[in-house]
Amino acid sequence: MRLTCPLCGPRDRREFYYSGSEDYLNRPAADAPAEAWDDMLHLRVNPAGVTRDLWYHETGCGSWLVVTRNTVTHEILATERVADRKGGAA
Amino acid sequence: MRLPRKGLIDRTKPISFRFDGASYAGFQGDTLASALLANDVRLVGRSFKYHRPRGLLTAGPEEPNALVEVKDAGSQTPNTRATVQEIYEGLEANSQNRWPSLRWDLLSVNDLAAPFLGAGFYYKTFMWPRAFWESLYEPLIRRAAGLGRLLPRHESATYEKAFAFCDLLVIGSGPAGLMAALTAARAGADVIVAEQDSRMGGRLLSHDGQINGTLAADWVKATYKELRSLPNVRLMTRTTVIGAYDQGTYGALERVGLHLPAQPDLPRECFWRIVAGQAIMATGALERPIAFADNDRPGIMLASAAQTYLNRYGVTPGTRVTIYANNDNARTVARQLIADGVKVAAILDSRPDASSLEDCPVFLGARITGTRGRRALSRIAVHQGGNDFQIETDCLLMSGGWNPLVNLACHQNARPEWREDIAAFVPRPGMVPGLHAAGSANGAFSTLACLSEGRAAAQAALAALGRTAPAPDLPEAEDDPFRVTPVWQVPGRGRAWLDFANDVTVKDVKLAAQEGFTSVEHMKRYTTQGMAPDQGKNSNVAALAVLADATGRGIAETGTTTFRPPFTPVSIGALGAGGQGLGFAPQRFLTSDQASRDRGAPMVEAGLWYRPSYFPKPGETTWRHACDREVLMVRSSVGVADVSTLGKIDIQGRDAARFLDFVYTNTFSTLPVGRVRYGLMLREDGFVMDDGTTARLGEDHYLMTTTTAAAGQVMRHLDFIHQAYCADWQVRFISVTEAWAQFAVAGPLSKMLLNSVLDTRLGDFPFMSCGDVQVEGVAARLFRISFSGEEGYEIAVPTAYGEALFRDLLSRAETLGGGAYGMEALNVMRIEKGFITHAEIHGRVTAFDIGMAKMVSAKKDCIGKAASQRPGLTRPAREQLVGLRPLTDTAIGAGAHLFNPGDRVHRETDQGYVTSVCWSPTLGSWLALAFLQNGRARHGQRVRLVDHLRKTDVLCEVTDPVFLDPEGAKLRA
Repeated sequence: MRLTCPLCGPRDRREFYYSGSEDYLNRPAADAPAEAWDDMLHLRVNPAGVTRDLWYHETGCGSWLVVTRNTVTHEILATERVADRKGGAA
Repeated sequence: MRLPRKGLIDRTKPISFRFDGASYAGFQGDTLASALLANDVRLVGRSFKYHRPRGLLTAGPEEPNALVEVKDAGSQTPNTRATVQEIYEGLEANSQNRWPSLRWDLLSVNDLAAPFLGAGFYYKTFMWPRAFWESLYEPLIRRAAGLGRLLPRHESATYEKAFAFCDLLVIGSGPAGLMAALTAARAGADVIVAEQDSRMGGRLLSHDGQINGTLAADWVKATYKELRSLPNVRLMTRTTVIGAYDQGTYGALERVGLHLPAQPDLPRECFWRIVAGQAIMATGALERPIAFADNDRPGIMLASAAQTYLNRYGVTPGTRVTIYANNDNARTVARQLIADGVKVAAILDSRPDASSLEDCPVFLGARITGTRGRRALSRIAVHQGGNDFQIETDCLLMSGGWNPLVNLACHQNARPEWREDIAAFVPRPGMVPGLHAAGSANGAFSTLACLSEGRAAAQAALAALGRTAPAPDLPEAEDDPFRVTPVWQVPGRGRAWLDFANDVTVKDVKLAAQEGFTSVEHMKRYTTQGMAPDQGKNSNVAALAVLADATGRGIAETGTTTFRPPFTPVSIGALGAGGQGLGFAPQRFLTSDQASRDRGAPMVEAGLWYRPSYFPKPGETTWRHACDREVLMVRSSVGVADVSTLGKIDIQGRDAARFLDFVYTNTFSTLPVGRVRYGLMLREDGFVMDDGTTARLGEDHYLMTTTTAAAGQVMRHLDFIHQAYCADWQVRFISVTEAWAQFAVAGPLSKMLLNSVLDTRLGDFPFMSCGDVQVEGVAARLFRISFSGEEGYEIAVPTAYGEALFRDLLSRAETLGGGAYGMEALNVMRIEKGFITHAEIHGRVTAFDIGMAKMVSAKKDCIGKAASQRPGLTRPAREQLVGLRPLTDTAIGAGAHLFNPGDRVHRETDQGYVTSVCWSPTLGSWLALAFLQNGRARHGQRVRLVDHLRKTDVLCEVTDPVFLDPEGAKLRA
């Protein structure tokens, strides 16, 4: 498996650390109800198809990436830096 | 028998080797199989289940019978295919699965019991009585199971791993592969050609056919020469592509040293990961056997194998050869044998309407009904046109048609499609993205079609790579149509083998169908067909054809089993290359490493780091002696310890303070410059992640320390928080762990020791201060922090000065009655002080549990704050950090569990557990840190500590976790 880091180019998956769903990006407000935190921390969909998850280019540039991929075909549809997202700022 | 003047072997280089103890001669270029055949050795193995005598079936890596053990330099490789193993001077190989010898094998009695040993025998027989399973059945089955033997010791041979990158990977170097490589190479693409054989050329090396009016082998030579001359082409022989993985990654196994005598440092194999923009699957096709009665005797082989032995190695597989075929292709082998002067006794063609041009008896519409010969074929029984007759023959060549090698195309779970006209499965386009099938792997069987498909596949691949180039001219070659009439099973008395390697017969497959295992995947598992080292390469299609017949379905409808990597067996040593020993766990050494070893310190692993455990003095016989002395030394004078393994993260920027406030539960924006503060970090789910001190070196400059174990995790965590939640803040950070060597200097005389090395005497430097200092003109950092409870400092110098400073501090400390202390003493002192490590913050504890709930600031948000306040995480009944002291002088251990006195010792009455223990020489008592339900409210009470492993059962008093100097008077001294 290979991922294309926007900074470093196509790299072997061994350079990356897998973290899980992109849900972690959507941090609720500090005073959000417990349900919102539960949702962000624990509830996951497990799609057969397109999924978006977080990968860390640990032995590369240290970028966190959102990778859009297909769990059925294993196709990598997009990789983008977490820091480059619109509205990424807290 | 070797024929004169034929073959691609080097007759000027004779080689001697041994098989089953006997010495034989062959030539450079021989495989073990061809050399044995040249020496008329027909019997090369025993079958797995029935221990039937077996000879060579094939001439390639798909060989099911000729599996041997190869011995060299103290190692032994089982299940080596004799058809792949090249001979070298001194090669020593032994046959397998026989006792006492290959000719006389006791377990061949299994063959007599065959009527009882059909598919499912084990499942049906060893069911009852139940008690017999472990005592009798399993040991018996285990003794009989398995083929080769491993030596019961660690593998000492060297293996390698490597990565390669290319535009186009061409897999296979027959006519399709070479033509594809030539087309892409001339277009300037970076090309890798991977060929499992020792020579490029594929089937062309086994032909006597012509290309462009010359011998095919000459065209191969010229093409090889051109490819080798091009800088953009890498030719990899002895390299089998074993799997097609995601995003154009291919696994390949190279036999680097297996064809040579063992030499130190010469790897046996190299496991390649090849990343290719595009790939061409030119893997060819395998001829399939025909299932007739007793079709497994030594001397019965595939026609294509005989062709290879003849042309490639100059060896005739017999002196009176018969051929049994259902297609035209095999007939050319007969013509060639005749041309080479080999006696062909008869050609039996299953097709009534086939031609009969050869200069030998040809029987059309014939079938074989049986064979004779105990250890080698002697006679066959034939049925034709209502007549039954026998033919004397020592070699029977069979050809049931060809199976394209579609394996790689199926590795990502796509299924091949059935082509009725050639009675074979072929790949569909696009089964693996970027992989193009060409040549006989794609069902194109003439030489011209292979060349043409190779060129076309290369052009398609080049187009996908965004390259255009003129195509090379297509050479002239034969373009005979391929005509085949399937023969899946031949009527006759006796067993007809499908899977030679696992002894699966036509009858077994029919039995499976009859017993309800009608899915091809079920049939496979019930009969074990296709589960041997050859993975069914010789038998899958025929077995499913028999199954299709037995279940009244078509072959296309029955379908294939799943093709999985690896294509051929891969040794675990090659897969794990680089991952053993230091490759698995590299070593990180402190700058003080040698100085510690010089003092006799045993080193202990801390992650990848090696840290001194203790520093023994003469007369100290156990670690406890040294440890106790070191603790008392620090508490009474001064000790020095290397603490460089702690993670150090340099954080700078206008928003650095804001960032730390967000990361830590407590506040760092209020920390004055020149001060240090203890910080607690949570995961977003509210549990404690790590702790450590952070110093404010300047207005916008902090230095965070992490625990040794969590340094990497914290860095990843900080990167995530920054990039995900506050990418626009003005903050940057980097790990500087290895840039600084840092030493703890602790004890009542610590300041005196420091002043002896510092260029300027320390002025007022209160607890939790930090600042720049100079040591012999070297800029250093000083922190007044303590993990021992004594007055303590940590001094950091650039790594290059670490060893010198450590040695200097030690020698000065020793004049003060102090010295070095190790991890054991460090651990005792932190337990005496109730300081936590990852033994306590093990991932399931909260700030509340460790008594630090107040450190979660109410005035600001931080990572993990919301989740940490969930009701379940702040219940009083949770297990809380406490200290324990045994009421009697009893040694205790971490991992013990706690119970209320009087309660039954049971998991339901469990009150908590012990995380750290020590013998405290300071307090003269055993001490423990533990988590106890509602523990903070239970100080002064008693609990029962039970450790079933160490057989400890002792009453303890519950105390505050800080045993020593709870007010911190010593710290602040």
